Amino acid sequence: MLLNPSAAPPPTEPEVLETLGGIVARFDRRRALLVPILQAVQAQCAYLPPETMPLVGRHLGIAASEVYGVASFYNQFRFFPPGRHPIRICLGTACHVKAGDIILENFERKLGIQEGQTTADREFSLERVACVGCCALAPVAIVGETVHGHMQPSKVEGLLLQIQIAREKAQREAAAASPQAEDPSDD
Amino acid sequence: MTEAPSIRTLDRLRAAAQAACRARRPEGQPVVRVGLATCGIAAGALDTAEAFRKAIAEAGIDARVETTGCRGHCYAEPLVVIDHPASGFPPILYPEVTPGKAGMLTRFFLGEGDPRFEHMLGATVANELIPSVLEFGRFNREQRLVMDRCGRLDPQSIDDYLADGGYGALARVLAGSPQAVVAAVGAAGLRGRGGAGFPTGRKWELAAAGSAPLRYVVCNADEGDPGAYMDRTLIESNPHQLLEGLAICAYAVGACQAIIYVRAEYPLAVKTLESAIAAAEARGLLGPEVLGTAFAIQVSLFQGSGAFVCGEETALLRSVAGFRGTPTHRPPYPAQKGLGGHPTVIDNVKTLATIPVIVERGAEAFRAVGTPDSPGTAIFSVVGDVVHPGLVEIPMGVTLRELIFDICGGVPGKKRFKAVQIGGPSGGCLPADLLDTPVDFDALSEAGAMMGSGGLVVMDEHTCMVDVARYFLEFTRNESCGKCTFCRLGTCHMLAILERICRGQGRMEDLERLERLARDVRDGSLCGLGRTAPNPVLTTLRYFRDEYEAHVVDQRCPGLSCRPLTAFYIDLEKCARGCDACVGCCPVDAVFTTRTRKKGIDQSLCVKCGECMVACPPEYDAVRRISPAHLAPVIERPPAAEAKT
Repeated sequence: MLLNPSAAPPPTEPEVLETLGGIVARFDRRRALLVPILQAVQAQCAYLPPETMPLVGRHLGIAASEVYGVASFYNQFRFFPPGRHPIRICLGTACHVKAGDIILENFERKLGIQEGQTTADREFSLERVACVGCCALAPVAIVGETVHGHMQPSKVEGLLLQIQIAREKAQREAAAASPQAEDPSDD
Repeated sequence: MTEAPSIRTLDRLRAAAQAACRARRPEGQPVVRVGLATCGIAAGALDTAEAFRKAIAEAGIDARVETTGCRGHCYAEPLVVIDHPASGFPPILYPEVTPGKAGMLTRFFLGEGDPRFEHMLGATVANELIPSVLEFGRFNREQRLVMDRCGRLDPQSIDDYLADGGYGALARVLAGSPQAVVAAVGAAGLRGRGGAGFPTGRKWELAAAGSAPLRYVVCNADEGDPGAYMDRTLIESNPHQLLEGLAICAYAVGACQAIIYVRAEYPLAVKTLESAIAAAEARGLLGPEVLGTAFAIQVSLFQGSGAFVCGEETALLRSVAGFRGTPTHRPPYPAQKGLGGHPTVIDNVKTLATIPVIVERGAEAFRAVGTPDSPGTAIFSVVGDVVHPGLVEIPMGVTLRELIFDICGGVPGKKRFKAVQIGGPSGGCLPADLLDTPVDFDALSEAGAMMGSGGLVVMDEHTCMVDVARYFLEFTRNESCGKCTFCRLGTCHMLAILERICRGQGRMEDLERLERLARDVRDGSLCGLGRTAPNPVLTTLRYFRDEYEAHVVDQRCPGLSCRPLTAFYIDLEKCARGCDACVGCCPVDAVFTTRTRKKGIDQSLCVKCGECMVACPPEYDAVRRISPAHLAPVIERPPAAEAKT
């Protein structure tokens, strides 16, 4: 797969520490704020970089292992960076009854990764979620922020293709001398 | 009483809100209302709203587009109501309005006054001109006490809620004593809507007793049950009703701090609540000196990080304090000793949203709805294999049969009803002969299920009950916090047995072992999660034992659902020559063309997704599913060179 040329190189360690320090400094030193701090870090970095644990631990006066213990308890927190297009497959009861696991398998096959992994080019990551509360639209897949209801195995390829086409178009437009010249028409 | 300062202040606020609403909505101007809750957005309602705006601007029509919450009719999303008074028609409900339909409706209805009968669901009110939706069971059998304003008001606008009579209950309560509120809630017989059904009045009494310096109110909006989403809808569609109930609760028990524990997985609900709290504080409906009285309430949000066990009240409190969400022993109950050791009332979203209704209508009127032991209404999210899925609010005591068949339209297609799963991972599966069970707390518990948070999943004949039990156990195993042994290890072992049975490698003694383990986990666990985790297994073993036996003895899945035990094949008698519908849709290229130009399925490649079955045109209907798998007829795949057509 093509690498996205517009993506910035991964941040270096001092940069990460600086970002984290900025986030943590916004919070009081109260134990009750541990989860909100971790949420703020994840909101900014999309995952919890390994540097988070000792840094937050020092801020709150608790051990890094304690921070990790809390972070790993909750499903929301990730320890690896997600893809640029995170794909989440709902496997709630309604989606299970309507064969959501087959949708998940199709994504796994098409992307060549397992659930919980990210593709080598960091374009896509695949996760399962317990329920997103759109049960009447089951089975449901969430690509980025968009919820796709009534999924079918045959829709999977189309969805991925759509993302790829959008990306290639963006690349072409970026490559063109004047990005404003072309009208971003819908298709 | 009418001269109480809180009521005077509210009257002033309401007059201002009504004026603001009038200014925003010129009389007689046509209005398009698009439902924009999460499910509507998922169905494409944002595009629909945008299409209406664009079409109206292009055609130069004098009309406005408004956004509302969810009406609970998820099968018909995106749902749009068009009110065009000048056309002479009452407000009309349109289902599944795509952007294309939006342009068409703008041109014909808003432009020319033709409401396009073929696209409508019906008028929202009874009238003489056109059929009304009130003629459908899905509409007229419901009784909306709590969800009354959902889908009618703009959730982003506090003016809408105030103008509609909102916060009237709070003003009335503030004019009286806290004890009177607790007494009224007790007299109404309200039972907690979170699932267990503990009397709310009793809980409030406990918390209000004694002379604690600080008390807390926590709203439990950590809706973790897969398959239930009524809390999300209530918050997204009418956040102020929840805030009003929360403020009343805080006044009744003497709390000045309130926390709403809402799932971070519900971003729209979080956003809606944040703006609603800010709006209410700006009007003096929350914060210091509520409605000009001495009562103060500070409301904050806490985003839950996705742990099912945090729906349990003691685990929730641990989580708020910044620890792993592990439950602690009760008693002492949180109402006596909760957050930081202070009395803490923890109520579900639905419970709190019911409070303003009780105050406004009175305890007697509330008791008149539902059954004597479970008064009021219940909100269910009916999903799964059902014609009209969505949220349904019905009086307690309505039977499951009425709910599933009369109100929600029954099972689609020509399939037979098999079971209904109530109460999520803590609930149970009830078979067809228990369909006449009334829905109330006690009757459902007796049948082995439980009210839970109100998730109700309907399953047709193509659902395997063993697989359903396995699914729920996998969920509880993943979500077990690991504190007590029975739950942590018991669920693992039960899951291993169920997985074995689903693969067709079960043994007869497994059923005995499963039952014994289930009872042990139920008796030996500390919190509600572990105590109820075996329910799906126990109920399926009780009502669908024959399915377990078919899996073990014949390696046959009666629901044709467990993939290791089933196979797809193509009936050559029915397959049409030259039709390629199934070839194109197969994700793994398992479908091949035989020498007779009919199709066959390569069983070694087939992943049993069922796409070919959907793709095969109904006039041929040639794809078959069979269990046990070895019964599928073998069709030879021709060598690659010959297969070319």
